[in-house]
Amino acid sequence: MKLLREILFPLVAVVAAFLIGGILILIVGDNPLTAFGWLISSAFSYPVGIGYTLFYTTPLIFTGLAVAVAFRCGLLNIGAEGQLYVAAFAAAWIGLSAANLPMILLAPISCLIAILGGAFWGAIPGVLKARFGSHEVINTIMLNFIAVAILGYLTQYHYRTAGDPIMQTAQISPNAHVPRLGQFIPGMPEFIPLNFAFILALLACVFVYVFLWKTKFGYEIRATGLNPTAAEYGGIAPRKQIVVAMALSGALAGMVGIHEVLGYRYVYQDSFSANVGFTGIAVALLGRNHPLGVLFAAFFFGVLERGAIPIDAFTEKVSKDIVDILKALVILFVAGEAMFRVLFSKLGVMKEQ
Amino acid sequence: MNEIITLITILFFTTLRLTTPLLLAALGGLYSERSGVINIALEGLMLSGAFTTAAVTYYTGNPWIGLLCGIGAGSLVAWIYAIFTIKFKADQVVSGTAINILMLGLPGFLSGALFLSSGSTPQIPEDNQMPYFPIFMAFVMVAVTWYVLYRTPFGLRLRAVGENPSAADAAGVNVQKIRYAGVIISGALAAIGGAYLSIGQSSLFTRGMTAGRGFIALAALIFGKWRPVQTMLACLLFGFTEALTIQLQGIQFIRWKLFLVVLIIVIAVIALFVIRVGMDKKTSNEKLPLWVTVTLGVTTFLLAAYVTKRIIGVGKEYWFTQTEIPVQFIQIIPYVLTIVVLAGFIGASRAPKALGQPYQKER
Repeated sequence: MKLLREILFPLVAVVAAFLIGGILILIVGDNPLTAFGWLISSAFSYPVGIGYTLFYTTPLIFTGLAVAVAFRCGLLNIGAEGQLYVAAFAAAWIGLSAANLPMILLAPISCLIAILGGAFWGAIPGVLKARFGSHEVINTIMLNFIAVAILGYLTQYHYRTAGDPIMQTAQISPNAHVPRLGQFIPGMPEFIPLNFAFILALLACVFVYVFLWKTKFGYEIRATGLNPTAAEYGGIAPRKQIVVAMALSGALAGMVGIHEVLGYRYVYQDSFSANVGFTGIAVALLGRNHPLGVLFAAFFFGVLERGAIPIDAFTEKVSKDIVDILKALVILFVAGEAMFRVLFSKLGVMKEQ
Repeated sequence: MNEIITLITILFFTTLRLTTPLLLAALGGLYSERSGVINIALEGLMLSGAFTTAAVTYYTGNPWIGLLCGIGAGSLVAWIYAIFTIKFKADQVVSGTAINILMLGLPGFLSGALFLSSGSTPQIPEDNQMPYFPIFMAFVMVAVTWYVLYRTPFGLRLRAVGENPSAADAAGVNVQKIRYAGVIISGALAAIGGAYLSIGQSSLFTRGMTAGRGFIALAALIFGKWRPVQTMLACLLFGFTEALTIQLQGIQFIRWKLFLVVLIIVIAVIALFVIRVGMDKKTSNEKLPLWVTVTLGVTTFLLAAYVTKRIIGVGKEYWFTQTEIPVQFIQIIPYVLTIVVLAGFIGASRAPKALGQPYQKER
């Protein structure tokens, strides 16, 4: 029964978002059923559709987990965007500077550097909050802009191949690449950029679950998130937990760097992330800040991302912006679930609480 | 001499121009946040105003009707935000982020359908643009806001509701209604700021044209300690840094001098933080776990070592060559300043006490 309640409101939110999205499509004079049909059919076709859907799902699992871990500690990390940029750049940097290392060393080191980079950028707002009490929301927003500016500077002035019209670094060493999954799955063509990071993402879900619910550290983080004062009475140092949670959150966001740079682009490209960090908030929210929920929510948003392209191409008036709209509506409706509680209790479906 | 005067004049007017959208949005944010509702949605509210104003101006050929509709759109979106956060007590930061994402998509969606474009409106002829009125309006609104906030019953209630809603409620103030008003006013003002971007500074709406200005406005609001005049000064400072990046483009400097300036600024910021730590009377006996300290320490050390190596590695002659100032260095100034201020330098920046807390009337 408890489980049912946990998934009822996210499902209702998704349905409501699609309803309103459908009305919008009707207003601009297209058929919502065909549009959504394209969205679903393109996302699930085997192997290309599902391959790309999982490819789009991967970074969302990371950022969703990142937001969820911070949230369990009572923090809202809207800095996943900045953290993943720093991590991606760090990964590209090691792939460029230590190009001669053998693959068996360079690839894992690059992954580690990406994780450390994200953890570093995530720990900063953690320390600022723990030490000075300044609010992590504003600080993470500011650090997003600072990260983009500093990395833009480094790319433009120090790591760009001369004459390259795109703001990106040179190609990283092939020894730093992580393998694409197409090699291992029969029938999956290798041009699909689904890579090793997807496996890492699944492992990260398991790791976060075990860490938060089965270890002392995770217990302390959750206790701080539920009630910092009570946690302190219980002998937990809340300020420490804040830094740990933010560093861990940053590390998880940083793993997007593995996915994007080491497994897909093989360069660091300026502002490559299409709001993956912000979508992470939606993923965590829809997934109830639970790793399993995050996994499903990330897959849902992955379907939307994949479906954006055919919607854009095959409908007359609906642009891929509909996906952003659906995303935003889902967040709104999950955040404002009290609305549905009121509605349901008025309809008599549910007891008022 | 004449050149310097011209430069100063240009800088002055560019600063005014670039301050205007920030100031309007920041003042908007002030009404909302003083009533206790965090307004991270400023960015989205600006975009709604920018798009609606440009689209309506294009269809009607009249910027005033456009601006009115823009204000209407901003208020409408703010009203939706208010319903979710005030009535249904949704998390304010999360809903605000949702509004921002929504406004990233909705203008593109509508212009795709209306103009068959990929997210921008058609050009608006120069006669229908509005280059001066919003600037005037922004600075007048500072005085108006000051007056409303400190000299009218509404302002008193707004502040009371943001500081101590239960006390205000006990005194007979309708907390919800005042908060609705605060949020809707913020939508209207932010929309004017956005409208200035689309039909004042440029001649059309383009996708995501606010480019983070809503967030800078929010930073200015915090920097200005949620007070109208200080917020204006903060906006002017941020507008000035932006004007500076434009003016400094293409001007050459010798590398070592530039490096020295950057180094001094970095050291100053670090020194500020060290002093701030020293200011803390409360000595903390909580130690961070070893792995966090080690990770942070090693990362910082490696970074420093790498930077030093590169600095030494480039050779002496390099430092005597000329270069232009990378704009990114100036761009980050507002953001770094905000973090510095938020950490409690330059006097404590104290948010309205009830900021971010939904109010539940006792039954």
